[in-house]
Amino acid sequence: MTRAEPGGKRVRILYFAWVREQAGVAAEEVMPPHEMTDVAGLVAWLRARGGDAAIALADLERLRVAVNQEHARPDHPVAREDEIAFFPPVTGG
Amino acid sequence: MAVRVQREDFDVAAELAQLGNSGAGALCVFIGQVRDFNEGRTIAALTLEHYPGMAERELARLEAEARRRWSLSGVLVVHRFGRLAVGERIVLVAVSSARRDYAFTACRFLIDQLKTSAPFWKAEETDTGRRWLAARAEDSVTARRWVAGEGERNAACEPTER
Repeated sequence: MTRAEPGGKRVRILYFAWVREQAGVAAEEVMPPHEMTDVAGLVAWLRARGGDAAIALADLERLRVAVNQEHARPDHPVAREDEIAFFPPVTGG
Repeated sequence: MAVRVQREDFDVAAELAQLGNSGAGALCVFIGQVRDFNEGRTIAALTLEHYPGMAERELARLEAEARRRWSLSGVLVVHRFGRLAVGERIVLVAVSSARRDYAFTACRFLIDQLKTSAPFWKAEETDTGRRWLAARAEDSVTARRWVAGEGERNAACEPTER
């Protein structure tokens, strides 16, 4: 069983398209507290942190989320070292 | 299994020749390209941003699902990213099968589904500036229609018009 990191669980956040432009950053590593266990919890923590990323995440209805490169809903679990991406509804093809 | 995400253009004839090597009787192809006009604006160029890693993964997932649902021989999806001029090819979806029903249906399934799940985002450049395209509600509706019949192998399902 891995020992929990003191201070929180490190995760990597990616932003794409206009979400990236609003957040002002393409990627960042953050350390939300261990109490954060799912996507909804991570979003709440990122919003509370403030800054441009919080503004980018203000309206979750306009966003989609992926955890470890798979589409995810707000109740999807988030574990340490996970990669979480926030982006607009896709427009490829 | 063949899905590719790349910046460079692809050679349609060469790709189809390779797909045709399997000996299957029917080959169905879809090509998406940059249109010249959208919502009253003339388009100068289109930039496609993508999520490296997840893009390949989603396309591979869709290929696996198409193979599970229909008897297919070859499947090829190539999706480009980067800045593309009007008329340039964006995406190739090609399917071969012993039967044309399956080839047509699976090809349609793949393009309908990738438009709502593959992580690419288009930004249009026009004479009034650059703007991110919004996802269309119709694409989500079209994609959802494929849910019906997914338990049945070789279901002759196409999205039915309502």
